[in-house]
Amino acid sequence: MSAFKELLKTDRRFLIGFFIIVTVIILAFMSFFSPYKPDERHVLPKDQSPSLQHPLGTSSLGQDIFWLLTFAIKNSLIIGLLAVFFSRIGAIAIGLLSGYIGGNTDKVLTTLADSFIVLPRLPILILLSFAFRSNLNFLTMAFLLAFLDWAWPSKRYRSQILSLKEMEFTTTAIFSGRRTLGVILKEHIPFLIPYIMADFISGFLWAIGMEITLSVLGLSNLDTPTIGTMIYWANYYQAMLKGTWWWIGPPVIALIITVIGFYLLSVSIGNFLDPRTRIQRIGGWRTE
Amino acid sequence: MRSNPLSIVKVEELKAYYVSESYGINSVVKAVDDVSFEIYEDEILGIAGESGCGKTTLLKTLLGTIKPPLSIFGGRIFYRIEDEYRDILSFREGELRDIRWKIVSYIPQGSMSVLNPVRKIKDTFLDFMEAHRPDISKSEFDSLVKNYLGALGLPTEVLDSYPHQLSGGMRQRVTIALSTIFKPKIVLADEPTTALDVVVQRGILQLLRKIQREEKNTLVVVSHDMGVHARISDRVGIMYAGKIIEIGNTEEIYTNPLHPYTRYLISSLPKIGDKAYRTGVPGSPPSLSNLPAGCRFQDRCPEIKDICREEEPSLVEVNDNHKVACFLVSKGEENYES
Amino acid sequence: MENLLKYIIPRIFQCMIVIFVGVTIVFIVPRLTPMDPVQSIISRVTALVDTDPRAVEKLVETLTDLYGLRGSLLEQYLRFWKHLLSGDLGPSLTMFPASVVDIIKISLPWTIGLMTISTIIAWLLGIILGTLAGYFSNKRWSQILGTVVMCIYPIPYYIIALILVLLFAYLLPIFPLMGGASIGLKPSFSWSFITSLLKHGFLPAISLVIGTIGWIFMSQRALISRLVASDFIVFAETASLPRKKILSYLIRNSMLPQITDLALSLGGIFSGAIITEQVFSYPGIGVVLYSAILQGDFNLMMGISIFSIIGIATAALVLDLIYPLLDPRIRYK
Repeated sequence: MSAFKELLKTDRRFLIGFFIIVTVIILAFMSFFSPYKPDERHVLPKDQSPSLQHPLGTSSLGQDIFWLLTFAIKNSLIIGLLAVFFSRIGAIAIGLLSGYIGGNTDKVLTTLADSFIVLPRLPILILLSFAFRSNLNFLTMAFLLAFLDWAWPSKRYRSQILSLKEMEFTTTAIFSGRRTLGVILKEHIPFLIPYIMADFISGFLWAIGMEITLSVLGLSNLDTPTIGTMIYWANYYQAMLKGTWWWIGPPVIALIITVIGFYLLSVSIGNFLDPRTRIQRIGGWRTE
Repeated sequence: MRSNPLSIVKVEELKAYYVSESYGINSVVKAVDDVSFEIYEDEILGIAGESGCGKTTLLKTLLGTIKPPLSIFGGRIFYRIEDEYRDILSFREGELRDIRWKIVSYIPQGSMSVLNPVRKIKDTFLDFMEAHRPDISKSEFDSLVKNYLGALGLPTEVLDSYPHQLSGGMRQRVTIALSTIFKPKIVLADEPTTALDVVVQRGILQLLRKIQREEKNTLVVVSHDMGVHARISDRVGIMYAGKIIEIGNTEEIYTNPLHPYTRYLISSLPKIGDKAYRTGVPGSPPSLSNLPAGCRFQDRCPEIKDICREEEPSLVEVNDNHKVACFLVSKGEENYES
Repeated sequence: MENLLKYIIPRIFQCMIVIFVGVTIVFIVPRLTPMDPVQSIISRVTALVDTDPRAVEKLVETLTDLYGLRGSLLEQYLRFWKHLLSGDLGPSLTMFPASVVDIIKISLPWTIGLMTISTIIAWLLGIILGTLAGYFSNKRWSQILGTVVMCIYPIPYYIIALILVLLFAYLLPIFPLMGGASIGLKPSFSWSFITSLLKHGFLPAISLVIGTIGWIFMSQRALISRLVASDFIVFAETASLPRKKILSYLIRNSMLPQITDLALSLGGIFSGAIITEQVFSYPGIGVVLYSAILQGDFNLMMGISIFSIIGIATAALVLDLIYPLLDPRIRYK
């Protein structure tokens, strides 16, 4: 908590990122107060430009774009969060096993991760989501994304563990009679938490990007509003050609702002972790 | 020592501070604070002091490599260039380039990575020559480098090696060769033996001394190790918390140290036959960003007086070859004892 | 020599294992899906004309053979490897009777041309800008450049491509919207074909450069800012070596990790091509792959994926093998 306050006070990137995220979350929460249902269509006049009544206008499907956007943001955030949750659970588990047990277990898991790394992710993702598109909901979508995004992070966690294992305090703790599991939980996990946070954000951004990619290719559940499906429908009704910019514009802008916000947070946290800047922050100057 | 040596460098009231404004907090670290001294021709001057006392910063300013967050808050550094004293703090980048390696040169700490790891030693020499002596032809260069390395006792095979193939001592010799090959008038060495093992250290010190005796140039050696100064330096300056607190002939300093801090440093040296337990200096130096009023050594001084907490002692001459900044020697006696 | 073998053989072996596992995953994944390519063809055929049930049965058998779907999963798998090792990827379902290899041959040059050129441009530009920004990190322009890149980097590639199309094909119609070259022009070295090629390739290439440069720029800047503080750079600067020389020291020493990145991203071209080619209607392998997936063309899908896996794994292997040439510290161990 003190780290949070310090970051908020000292790093402008963190401040901006935090502000953006709070705004985005408020927008997502506003969906609960929407006067329209997310799947309601043809209830309003089509293609109305922004007005007081409809701050972002209406779509060719007769939807209010502002309220639709609040649903889309909420759903995209949920998919991204679930996907990163699953993929990082897998990645951390495999990385920890690999790193702590070592030996043959490590070899097998590392080869498996390497094989997943050389897989062409996007084609496989397209294939799977095409095959299962009738069953796609938030959970299955998140599972699909997680299935293809655990390999790199698991390797990174493995190398983090290996370097933690080498550190002096590990040996000290083990010599002083602590159980290995205790050492992992009490000494290592706290070290990893900020790293995990930064990694979560980057996985989250990847998942959101992939959701959009799949949606604009028409490979997700198109009836659920997400940022991706909003863009899909806007493209489908040729919003660009018709000049209904208030339809294609808001999801694109909302997405850009969201990803920048999260990215700023992860950069700021990463910077906070860097021992060189840590020294600078504490204010101790090396004169030698 | 000549009675009236000619100075090659005169440092006057030099102030070099680190200023950091990161995250809205301003802090000033007074690494070199109002320092004046002279460096003579044909001598080895040692600068001693604990780590963090500003020795390296002093060296940086002598070289003119002043980059933020380090900046100069006052003072001048005169170099005698073609019989004329010129302040290098007023030099532009181009003028600095002209004096580096030809007039003033630098030997860094004997660490692993002073040489470009992906370049052969030969090519690194070539890079340095192209920068400072573009007039030398390729064939002249070859024989110049080979002869010089030979004179320093290095086999010519090192030229075709990469740095990681050489031992630590060998690398440091190559670095010394690289720094002295253009016969600079003054060589500044920063802890030249610190990262090396004891046997290698000895060889490096002998090499430095040999080069100085042959070239009759000036060598400034910065080291925290009083043993190094005893072995190599003609004169020694002791730095404490950003100040030179005592400076004089090596013999004077070692036999008749006047500042209590110097006395501590000398008494911590091992002596043959003396088996007494060696203690370090008690306490720790003050923070350079938050200095006390008065003498900077006050909190660790065994012989502290009232004036030491009020006024800062300045460097005063004890005799021709010895200066010290301490009220035990100077003002203290006048004001309090008479 | 013995050392060399000790270095090379385990790496070749590892690369083969990775390819093996990767190809196996590609073999299994489509078979796990509820898609049945044979049935989907049959239903398409029978929808058009009334056919004799016996003829349909025969067709089913032929198709099952052609797509390697006969027998148990294990039998299919073994046959699949036998064909693969003889270089036979089978016929394409959707573009019958063209073989998968032929289809790849036609569409691959477009993709390779576009992707390689833009990846290399992005890489060079990213390295140069990243180096300058890392070296002059206190300069105003460097900080502005860093902020701009930081804001572009997290944006999903599709959005970048979409914005470029919006701006330069719809709002300011400077560039053509679709195709690899104007329709009717035959591939040749004529002036008109080449200008048409460049004009059509420009927007997709720019989108790829913007999409990939962010990562290269930021990783290079981070590498350089670490190197700038390293002893040998500080020494070289103290010795007043010319700035050009210092920059070349920096670039040479930062090259190793960056070459890894380049090789891996060149290997991953197939995957990345899908979106680019979809958004810009570019006639490369990505579009072929996309339609193969949508139409359940297993052979074509697997063929392209296998190409991609072999591409990435080989790139990683070649890299491992040439690493010692680039880094003397590994060479002389």
